[in-house]
Amino acid sequence: MNKQLKEKIAFSILTFTMLLVVVPTVLIIGFIVYKGIGTISWEFLTAMPRKGMTEGGIFPAIVGTLYLVLGTIAFALPLGIGSAIYLTEYATHGKLYKLIRLAILNLAGVPSVVYGLFGLGLFVLFLGFGSSLLAGALTLACLILPVIITASEEALKSVPQSYREASLALGATKWQTIQNVVLPHAMPGIVTGAILGIGRAAGETAPILLTVAAFFLPRLPKSFFDQAMALPYHLYIVSTQVPNMPEEIKYGVALVLLGIVGIFFAIATAIRIKFKMANRA
Amino acid sequence: MAKISVKDLNLYYGDFQALNNIDLKIEEKKVTALIGPSGCGKSTFLRTLNRMNDLIDHVKTEGCLCLEDQDIYDGDVDVVALRRRVGMVFQKPNPFPKSIYENVAYGPKRYGMKDKKQLDEIVERSLKEAALWEEVKDRLNKSALGLSGGQQQRLCIARALAMKPEVLLMDEPTSALDPIATAKIEELIMNLKENYTIVIVTHSMQQAARISDNTAFFLMGDLIETDKTQKLFTTPRDKRTEDYITGRFG
Repeated sequence: MNKQLKEKIAFSILTFTMLLVVVPTVLIIGFIVYKGIGTISWEFLTAMPRKGMTEGGIFPAIVGTLYLVLGTIAFALPLGIGSAIYLTEYATHGKLYKLIRLAILNLAGVPSVVYGLFGLGLFVLFLGFGSSLLAGALTLACLILPVIITASEEALKSVPQSYREASLALGATKWQTIQNVVLPHAMPGIVTGAILGIGRAAGETAPILLTVAAFFLPRLPKSFFDQAMALPYHLYIVSTQVPNMPEEIKYGVALVLLGIVGIFFAIATAIRIKFKMANRA
Repeated sequence: MAKISVKDLNLYYGDFQALNNIDLKIEEKKVTALIGPSGCGKSTFLRTLNRMNDLIDHVKTEGCLCLEDQDIYDGDVDVVALRRRVGMVFQKPNPFPKSIYENVAYGPKRYGMKDKKQLDEIVERSLKEAALWEEVKDRLNKSALGLSGGQQQRLCIARALAMKPEVLLMDEPTSALDPIATAKIEELIMNLKENYTIVIVTHSMQQAARISDNTAFFLMGDLIETDKTQKLFTTPRDKRTEDYITGRFG
């Protein structure tokens, strides 16, 4: 077989695998948009559900998901970045380090329903937060911590050692070096980790089912100790638990969930680009 | 007068001994060149002088290194304070991805200086000392990464000078630069020795001969010979030094 032919075959296979990834994604999104766009109205987005959720809007579920995502990020980001800084900048690479790394990798592989059970046991029952936004956000934070730690670690490792050396050689302390040189340079990568985390936190159903979500709660949560509705769980309910649910509401809910995740992605991407520009300046 | 005196210095990377019983005095306001083939320990030695080797795991340093009358490796030495007295310039120019101004002001700011006027003065003085002021004075707020390699290296020198160090360590500062940029840095070094004690590691024997007052020749972790540069290059006492400087190996 000659080289050109091999080249063509390799190119075709790789193009095919790329299409295999892109086409279903586009189809799924396209399908949901097509089926759901008709449902989206001002009322659907801002009104309380009525008549066993078959009419009215999904406002409490949207607000619940927003609160959950923000709460999750508020817990997971500082904790995750802090752990990553410790692991890359301070920890000596001994047995303990390897054990911690192994634990993080394993955590990333734990099924989300197990996190839900853990959250139920620890936050809801043992710590007495009850079924609440707080318990849900903490549980989701545990779920996305491995993602954020791993991404932040990679980002920190990619900061050239020569920057650290230059800073330390100028008489800066280690913490000053991390603050002024290492973190700014690692920020785009850390934000990428946060983006991935947000995507997961917004879309997970099992953990919130056990820790926060209400089946039907036509009012907004007043505090972090309140139960709340949330989009993924609401989607599950309207799709399987309520008889005679109009088809378009299901797709409407799915589309709103996609939209919210999309908006978070867009914000995070904008932050990422801003940090990248700052690094170049 | 000896600015830095080193006695019985031994350094180990784990089980491997990288420096053996080094004795060396570094004269104040002179240029001391460290020469020798790759892997001879000259960079390792340089990095003991501001304790940059502390950053590497499993490094053990024994012996006496004194900066004037202070033992550098004494348990209660403030490494941060030491590095303000002993500045360093690296092999590859490594400006921060910040503006030219912010690069020079980096050290003083970390030291706690906030006064804008004082900082402006330091930036101007340091850039002038590093012979870079005229080239960059109109674009202090532009990124340092837009400078040429030679300019970047002079910026790194300015950045180190901003801390008013007493000693300036240079680890092959011109090895990544073209001959013209190299000539500028060499000229700069000869001017700087009026005010600073300079220790420079170099691969180029011509460079050592051109700019240094004293030269120390390292081989396989041993300090073979040290003398006035002129003397070491014309009448070396040790056969190995002679072989090296006449290009028979290395």
